[in-house]
Amino acid sequence: MQRENHPAGPGRCQVDGSPQAAVGDWVWLNVADLQLLIDALRHDGRRVVGPQVADAAVVYRDLERAADLPRGWIDEQDGGHYRLRRDEAAGVFDHVVGPHSLKNFLFPARETIGRFLREDGTWRQLDDLPPEPPLAVIGVRACDLAGLAIQDRVFLGGESVDPGYRRRRESLFLVAVNCRRAAATCFCHSTGCGPAVSAGFDLALTERDGRFACEVGSERGAAVLATVSAATSLLACSHDEVSAARGQPAALEQAMHARQEEAGQPKPRSLNTEGIRDLLFDNLEHPRWEEVASRCLSCTNCTLVCPTCFCSSVGEVADLSGDAVERERHWASCFTLDHARMHGTSVRSSTASRYRQWLTHKLAGWIDQFGTSGCTGCGRCITWCPVGIDITEEVAAIRDTAGQKESPA
Amino acid sequence: MMPAVGCPAVVPTAPAGDPWRSHTVRIEGIVEEIPGVRTYDLRFLDEAVARGYRFAPGQFNMLHLPGIGEAAISISSDPADPARLAHTVRAVGNVTDALARLQPGETLMLRGPFGGPWPLADRTGRDIVLVAGGLGLASQRAAICELARQRSQYASVTVLHGAKEPAGLLYTCEYRAWQEAGLEVRSIVDGPPAGGGAAASPGWDGRVGLVTDLLEELTILSGQATVLCCGPDPMMTAVARTAIRRGVAAEEIFLSLERNMACAVRHCGLCQFGPVFVCQDGPVFPFAAIERFLAVAHL
Ligand SMILES: Cc1cc2nc3c(=O)[nH]c(=O)nc-3n(C[C@H](O)[C@H](O)[C@H](O)COP(=O)(O)OP(=O)(O)OC[C@H]3O[C@@H](n4cnc5c(N)ncnc54)[C@H](O)[C@@H]3O)c2cc1C
Ligand code: SF4
Ligand code: SF4
Ligand code: FES
Repeated sequence: MQRENHPAGPGRCQVDGSPQAAVGDWVWLNVADLQLLIDALRHDGRRVVGPQVADAAVVYRDLERAADLPRGWIDEQDGGHYRLRRDEAAGVFDHVVGPHSLKNFLFPARETIGRFLREDGTWRQLDDLPPEPPLAVIGVRACDLAGLAIQDRVFLGGESVDPGYRRRRESLFLVAVNCRRAAATCFCHSTGCGPAVSAGFDLALTERDGRFACEVGSERGAAVLATVSAATSLLACSHDEVSAARGQPAALEQAMHARQEEAGQPKPRSLNTEGIRDLLFDNLEHPRWEEVASRCLSCTNCTLVCPTCFCSSVGEVADLSGDAVERERHWASCFTLDHARMHGTSVRSSTASRYRQWLTHKLAGWIDQFGTSGCTGCGRCITWCPVGIDITEEVAAIRDTAGQKESPA
Repeated sequence: MMPAVGCPAVVPTAPAGDPWRSHTVRIEGIVEEIPGVRTYDLRFLDEAVARGYRFAPGQFNMLHLPGIGEAAISISSDPADPARLAHTVRAVGNVTDALARLQPGETLMLRGPFGGPWPLADRTGRDIVLVAGGLGLASQRAAICELARQRSQYASVTVLHGAKEPAGLLYTCEYRAWQEAGLEVRSIVDGPPAGGGAAASPGWDGRVGLVTDLLEELTILSGQATVLCCGPDPMMTAVARTAIRRGVAAEEIFLSLERNMACAVRHCGLCQFGPVFVCQDGPVFPFAAIERFLAVAHL
């Protein structure tokens, strides 16, 4: 591993004549340095996005001032429940995940995918699509990186590559964060997606005693840190400090495995993924689909907040003359009747069949299609479900009573 | 076991074309096949695109009317002449109704070809049985053109075509040419037009019944046969069950599925059927691969 090849030594990356931080190095950033980091990213022409408190939740928004980061906020999450609470002892990133994910930026809810013009009665497609500035996202978690890797497989890994996603992905700059706490809805420890950030970032921050141990993950990350270190001298982390920083998410992971249900506390989630593909495809007519359908509102929230759901459909936007047309792709959801429309009706006319599509696609079909599960364990679908339907509970219910049969109506 | 989720799993560097890139085509001619169903003869405006375009029988194009929408339509012409594309379309809704209002000389956009073909190449020497319900024959016409040209390479080629009523039978004026090329062609209708007499419709002296009746009577239906079927899901399941009972291997029965589609390249998710994407994993599937999913209602 690169980290082992680049042991950080004290003083290694101070600006006065000594070498800059290289890939695999660790340096200390103070809270005040976060502004320098934002400035350095913006200086390079990037749009910078980071977590901020808005509408009673932590969401990703354009970020200019480090002071707007959600320092001192904790999010309490449970099935159908999300509440922000002030905690003066909390750090800058001690909230976990909110309703937004990288999907909102790389695969935006609406996007123009083609422009068409009719001249002298003849249609043609125009070449140009509007340019976009490169994007930097601060505060990305391990489960977000896993979600990104999953969407990479969808949009970049097949025979066809989505040009918009590819353009944004290639220029994406990621400042990841190692979680220090987990919500009850988090189950990344059981999907293999977290909580430790291990790869796929440009810089990774581990918050320790009011400052950040920052691991350099890429040449781009090193270049941005070089800009920061031109404004302030950065201290390298010692061997012991690196080990301690690495130990922090590892300890959280252990703690997540050890979590127990406690009276009056939200139930800690985990997902048993063993043989899950066959379990679900062998139970397509299990009565649990009808049972969950009696609670499910088919509201589409779970698919909107899920960092990996990728369904979309395409609409036409014409100008008044009808001679200039834009094709606009927008998110779709398997919870709508329109998703499986055919011959004037819907193949999946019942909520039971639509919930079954969601769950079996996410946890079973995905494995056939992309060689990976479609679930990172981020828990967003549990939190943002208005009636608190819990993907881990639904799988457990089917696992406990596998083999029962009843066709959804 | 769940495969590991790597971060990031894919390095986004592979060069690839834009799946949304489409090409202008002009309508050269329109033939009214049966009421509400027209065949559009389409040509690329761009010479270079025309020269480079190839397709295999069973593939489809996305036909796009800017401002109206896009529809998946099988390619119904001879793959030996790929610059002349024929599409046989039933006007049933938004896009197909608008297409029906277009005149020769007008233009639209086309992306394609998409999907995998009917498996003809590696099945020489076998008895080929094509079974089509209604407009399903449109997805087989390219295969019929190819099989007619290469008839001697196959033991036999049979086309079984069923429709609700005599007016629903497609390409009837081509039956003679197909027969002259050595193909066996048989058709059957469910019954007379709505409100018609008991036995058959006026002027119809052919068979009345289901397309599976024709299949039952086929003496060549055996382990030597390959069945290619396109029609509504229940009809295809019935055809597959009949063929299996008559000794055809489930791996030698191929069905062409239809589902909602927006992208045709595994990106939009709309065409999913169990674990497969109909657009790119199909639309042609061996019955053996999808049987268990076809058996589940509302999947
Ligand atoms: C791989 C593939 C190949 C295909 N090949 C062909 C082909 O060769 N030829 C062909 O004609 N079609 C083909 N189709 C089907 C074709 O794609 C659809 O018919 C088309 O997309 C319909 O689009 P639309 O906008 O015209 O209809 P929409 O407006 O989207 O309407 C969709 C459906 O609604 C139904 N509908 C609308 N109104 C009513 C109503 N009042 N009552 C009952 N039903 C109603 C229609 O039957 C129609 O199928 C194929 C589909 C696939 C997936
Ligand atoms: S299914 Fe739920 S827990 Fe899994 S990735 Fe999607 S939102 Fe997160
Ligand atoms: S089918 Fe449903 S679960 Fe699968 S990606 Fe689409 S919206 Fe998400
Ligand atoms: S049509 Fe979009 S995934 Fe198949």
